[in-house]
Amino acid sequence: MPSSDDPQSRFERARDLDPRVDTPGREGLTGSARADVYEAAQQPDTVTIAPDLRPPDQQPRWRRDFAIDWPEDHFVARRDFAKFLVLTSGAFTFGQGWIAAKSLVRKNEPAPARKRIAALSELAPGSALVFGFPGEHDPCLLIRTADGELFAYDQRCTHLSCAVVPRVAEGVLHCPCHEGYFDLRTGRNIAGPPPRPLPRVELEVEDGEVFAVAVQRRTV
Amino acid sequence: MPPLKRPATREQRTAIVHGILCFVLMLVVLQLWLLTATMNAWLGGDDAAVWPALGASAACLALNLGLLRYL
Repeated sequence: MPSSDDPQSRFERARDLDPRVDTPGREGLTGSARADVYEAAQQPDTVTIAPDLRPPDQQPRWRRDFAIDWPEDHFVARRDFAKFLVLTSGAFTFGQGWIAAKSLVRKNEPAPARKRIAALSELAPGSALVFGFPGEHDPCLLIRTADGELFAYDQRCTHLSCAVVPRVAEGVLHCPCHEGYFDLRTGRNIAGPPPRPLPRVELEVEDGEVFAVAVQRRTV
Repeated sequence: MPPLKRPATREQRTAIVHGILCFVLMLVVLQLWLLTATMNAWLGGDDAAVWPALGASAACLALNLGLLRYL
């Protein structure tokens, strides 16, 4: 049984408050306030009165934002969720702006310089070679099929940039991370999660030497 | 005599918040789709959609900010 001399009891006695929920006229109410305090409430379902006994609209901001009664809590939660969604909307617009800025940067970049990859004699039919183009850290694959055709693609999968593995005999490029497949002859995504074909590296063969001249990005 | 303006009750304000929330949610889903579609096109070397998509996304944000005034 609670002591009648505990701090809460002293507070209630000092302010003439009645904390009992079964007091006639205030059944089911929460908080420690006289029943007549509730009569001034604007909303019939406002059952909690703040310790300073002032109505909800005169309470400080922090107390209004941490409501106790369910209807007020629903209102605050949905209002704040809507505000957070507007913030998310701003983030999406920022993302679009970022793409636009990167697009401007890409448009002003000079075309990559022609680059020697290898001599044809170094690449046996049915094999592949990794090279960097346009930069040293942009891995690409030069593939020579069994019938002697040459194909070159960016090695990074268009899903999450894992390195694709050529399976020349099967006529596919395989991404082992998420089981993505690309057609060896076209670079098109044929199975799995990759959303786009692999960027194709344009090649030139001159005097038995293979050169990379450009990268062609595609959406289909 | 000026018309009587009563402050909205919490039920009325909650209904307004629900309506605004529906609109904002639709606009944000639209923006998300726009962002993923633009990103896919841009990574695929297609720059044509970038600026119109930025305009559309900015228009959605402006609508959302307009609705924010009523929260």
